[in-house]
Amino acid sequence: MDLNDTPEQARYRARVRAWLEQHRDEAPPRAGSAEDSAYIDARRAWQRRLAEGGLAGVTWPKEYGGQGLGPIEQVTVNQELAAAGVPGILDVIGIGMLGPCIIAHGSEEQKSRYLGPMLHGDEVWCQLFSEPAAGSDLAAVQTRARQNEDGTWSLSGQKVWTTNAQFASFGLLLARTDPDVPKHKGLTMFIVPMDAEGVTVRGLRQISGEAEFNEVFFDDVRLPAENVVGGVGNGWGTALTVLMFERLTIGFGSESFGSPARLAEAVAGDEAARADTEVRRRLGEIITEMTAVRFNGYRALTQLQRGQIPGPEAGLAKVTMVNAGIAAMDLAVDVIGPEALEAESQWSYLTSFLPGLKSAGGTEQILRNTIGERVLGLPPEPRLDKGVPFSELRAREKEAVAS
Amino acid sequence: MNLALSDEQEFLREAARGALSRHKTVEAAREALEDPAKLPDLWPVAVEAGWPGLLIGEEHGGAGLDVFDAMLVAEECGRVLAPVPLLGLVPATALLDAVGDESLPAVAGGEMRPVYLPARPPSDLEAAWTVEPEAGLRRAQAPRVSGEGEAVTVEGRVWFVPDAPGADLLVAVGESEDGAPVAAVIEAAGEGVSIEPVVRYDATRSLGHVTLDGARGRRLDVGAEELADAWYVAQALIAAESIGAVQTCLDVSVQYAKDRFTFGRAIGSYQAIKHELTEVLRRLENARGLGYYAGWARRGKPEEFPLAASAARSAAGHALDFAARSMINVHGGIGATWEHDAPLFFRRAQLSRRLLGGTEDATDRVAAETLRSAGAVA
Repeated sequence: MDLNDTPEQARYRARVRAWLEQHRDEAPPRAGSAEDSAYIDARRAWQRRLAEGGLAGVTWPKEYGGQGLGPIEQVTVNQELAAAGVPGILDVIGIGMLGPCIIAHGSEEQKSRYLGPMLHGDEVWCQLFSEPAAGSDLAAVQTRARQNEDGTWSLSGQKVWTTNAQFASFGLLLARTDPDVPKHKGLTMFIVPMDAEGVTVRGLRQISGEAEFNEVFFDDVRLPAENVVGGVGNGWGTALTVLMFERLTIGFGSESFGSPARLAEAVAGDEAARADTEVRRRLGEIITEMTAVRFNGYRALTQLQRGQIPGPEAGLAKVTMVNAGIAAMDLAVDVIGPEALEAESQWSYLTSFLPGLKSAGGTEQILRNTIGERVLGLPPEPRLDKGVPFSELRAREKEAVAS
Repeated sequence: MNLALSDEQEFLREAARGALSRHKTVEAAREALEDPAKLPDLWPVAVEAGWPGLLIGEEHGGAGLDVFDAMLVAEECGRVLAPVPLLGLVPATALLDAVGDESLPAVAGGEMRPVYLPARPPSDLEAAWTVEPEAGLRRAQAPRVSGEGEAVTVEGRVWFVPDAPGADLLVAVGESEDGAPVAAVIEAAGEGVSIEPVVRYDATRSLGHVTLDGARGRRLDVGAEELADAWYVAQALIAAESIGAVQTCLDVSVQYAKDRFTFGRAIGSYQAIKHELTEVLRRLENARGLGYYAGWARRGKPEEFPLAASAARSAAGHALDFAARSMINVHGGIGATWEHDAPLFFRRAQLSRRLLGGTEDATDRVAAETLRSAGAVA
């Protein structure tokens, strides 16, 4: 057991650190608004510099411009970026989740056309999966793609919770192409140019008042046949690849939600709080949970390093982290008082942000179902949608609501 | 980065599991509630396996391993509620080994069993070294150690000492007149020493009220840091033992949730049951991750060992409380009957959370350590 770098890893870390030392002055601030286009442009430029320096697409194969390295090196880069106080890549969703899916399922033409500009921040991507009526039950998507006689597709429907859609060039979209087969079977994945005619992006304001997500509407959008990824009718399998990479991305990102250090400083700075038994009990429990996530992350990383893919239990880290983060905000605001809820306060922002995060990347209930079934081997709930054509399922749902 | 067990550690764990599997320890835990004589004597098993010398250097006849390895054995004991006196033994050997004490060969060979008289180190809220009280929330003053040279006299009482009955040597932690912490080795059979055996609720847990009435001992040349380390070693061990118990609670409950049918389907298919069991798993995995942290930190990052061991104890203690109750819930009425194993794990949980400072004290230590580092930064 050893948490320190091997000599080889230490050399890599030194290289990364040296590069960042030399280029950190070119970096924009770590935080900024997605609605501020100047800031987003600066982040794009910085992503390009990172890509040129070999610090973007660390785990991508070399033939697609990546470094062909492992998860340990990716984590090393993340740690060094944080230590240097500079932001990482802008397009976490593209490089972390969608690019790997195109590498796994895309055609050679798609790989050579899209991966390079994605890596360099010239074209940012968004994930067009969730819909108003398809979140936990993602395979229930209703956005419809119909094939025209000339082989092109016509796309109509609505997506929601789309991060980065306001400045994305492309989206990876899950659509229903055949409603007359059971729901997991009639799906197809498409690449959608966000500037195509019929695409409308609207900001979705959240509790904080900021619009970090978007709704995206598709009104008879024309797509060429070559924009299908992974084959017609294979959309579900293609989507699962994205979701697997999403789990990895969220798993390794979850350290940052809670800011244990800031919580500790808030409590330590208040003499009465520091000696209050109840405050200490809450603080102790929160820090215990957050520390557990950190070390379970190291355990998962060890598995990855040995070529094992972390299982769905990684979702437990997300459950722990979000709930501990919420408890941390509650405690900090309890200690500081109403002043902590002042609009510009860091506590105010996180207090508003965390409740929604409970549903991001799978709701807590769905994660517990998946883990109960896949890890503990418990039987699934009986399902009423198995083997039923999607169109019939919809008709039944409408009937049930009407009665 | 390598946070996984080594092959040697896997082997140690398998060997412990194998050695314990030859004894019906869970059954004995129930029988011993009515007849303490039914408890198997596992000391020969421990000696045969070399557990008394786990932490003792090879030059003194031990295995020269670390607390992490002892935690693996403790976890296996916890899985089957095996009454192996590790909580008293291991922290005592940590202190004896720190000074290369003359008793080491006999201790490593199992001819002499030492027991640690736990004393909690001071924190930001409490300046003194304290011990478990007879009753109530106010902790008792640690024994008073007097005498200048190697020969010392110890005066005081320590209640609820794990594994004290039958021990040969006491490794007592007390305060000298000027308030400095001191450790002394005392022969259990010596004058002025009395150990009153007590059993409370969990028959597998041997406890003793220790009275030192002018007991003669010899000073151990260790500082406050080693004495604090012994306390956190005990915290890490009870955490590991609890992790093992949680694993059994989860395994048994999951199996039942697959086998038991209501309304035409297995109860484990209901989200109410599934989510509760997933919560047991979540707490178990968190405790395990922190157990790795504690096991690694003692040598890998000693300044974080107090935080790591306290966090492991807190998480494992809470996990066991939850898992033991959950085991009863999932089984329904049958889980609350004498014949079932669930109450034995519930008994273990109930007593464990009140020993060695208690689970909540460990949680408070996590806060204290966190505030200390935050204060240092600010």
